[in-house]
Amino acid sequence: MVISGASGSGKSLLLRAIVDLDRHQGEVLLDNISSLSMRASKWRQRVAYLPAESQWWHDVVVEHFPVIPSDNDLSMMGFDGTIMDASVHILSSGERQRLALLRMLLNKPDVLLLDEPTASLDPKNTRLVEALILSYCQENNAAVLWVSHDPEQVSRISGQRYCLDNG
Amino acid sequence: MDLITLDVYDLSLAAVLIVLLAGLSFTMQLGLAKSILISAARTVVQLMLIGVILKVLFENGHFIWVLLLALCMLLIAGREVMARQSRRFSGVWGFGIGTTSMFVSSFTVTLLALLVIVNAEPWYAPQYAIPFLGMVFGNTMNGIALGLDKLSQQAWQQRRVIEARLVLGQTWQMAISDIRRDCVRTGLIPIINAMAAAGIVSLPGMMTGQILAGVDPIEAVKYQILIMFMIAAGTGFGTIAAILLGARRLFDERERLRLDRLTGPH
Repeated sequence: MVISGASGSGKSLLLRAIVDLDRHQGEVLLDNISSLSMRASKWRQRVAYLPAESQWWHDVVVEHFPVIPSDNDLSMMGFDGTIMDASVHILSSGERQRLALLRMLLNKPDVLLLDEPTASLDPKNTRLVEALILSYCQENNAAVLWVSHDPEQVSRISGQRYCLDNG
Repeated sequence: MDLITLDVYDLSLAAVLIVLLAGLSFTMQLGLAKSILISAARTVVQLMLIGVILKVLFENGHFIWVLLLALCMLLIAGREVMARQSRRFSGVWGFGIGTTSMFVSSFTVTLLALLVIVNAEPWYAPQYAIPFLGMVFGNTMNGIALGLDKLSQQAWQQRRVIEARLVLGQTWQMAISDIRRDCVRTGLIPIINAMAAAGIVSLPGMMTGQILAGVDPIEAVKYQILIMFMIAAGTGFGTIAAILLGARRLFDERERLRLDRLTGPH
């Protein structure tokens, strides 16, 4: 499912409410289970949110990962194994964004809330990330809520209907 | 050795130095002259006042009066902690977190020293109880104020990082763990420095005072060691308690970062 709309129309706030970062009205259900019935940290592992700008708080990339990603995972993102020992400060914003996506997917979430996930990426990496997200959804039967400003992207990804029926 | 008493003339001479300093500040337009004079005046008035109170208290050392003075010290120290926060917790928490932590750590440490170690007769003898409490409060207050101020500032500056960690499914304890550790360090570094430098770089105030009053230096040193350890324990436990309470208060039951619980900046 794709969400578009002008800046300030509340797209990010909607995602933040679903992931339970902000106080909100209404109840969010996943497979008929309320978010309130589990610990918030547990909920956020299943309903993952990728902010528009990725955040890094340790010096080295690998310290941010709950588990070490496999070489296969890394190569799908266009990296090799050496990236894990790199210093965060030397990475471009596009590299950080791709690593942030990988970091999130390692939690194996059931729902992805993506806030302009490709805004900082070049066309090649944009396609790479789109394909990766869609194949993740297909393999894991996961749902996506995708905020996008790019009409071409909207038509590309919303064509993949199997990605949407869980939402 | 008898104590050489100071008269008004002696103190006036020292006051001339302060006036000179204020005058220099005025001519150099440092903007400090007024604060120097006001705080110097506060020193005189406040110390005179506490001198009179202590004199009365020592002559009439009833438990209730000692307790009352101790509580006054606690509340004033709690207010000072709150006043030094640029972003403080709103509501009763702004005063409550610092004061509660200070009460728990400083009172416990001082009680232990009075009841078990010094063993004065009676145990609450104001000559011991009030100076001990004063020194432990003064230092614990600094540690807690520094630590809590850092906590609220860091939470404010690093809110994106904290929320990024929360959305990765980390618990609130994990999301704030690095900040929490930094804040405890900030609160404890002054007393760790003071212990490390004691006797080499600086002669601690209480020991100096006892030596001036004619006490054998070795006896003065023993008391200073006792006080240093009490201060370190009071500051350490107090700062840790305050940071734990403060960090807990930054999150709600759904583990959301709740910066709306902070006011400020002041």
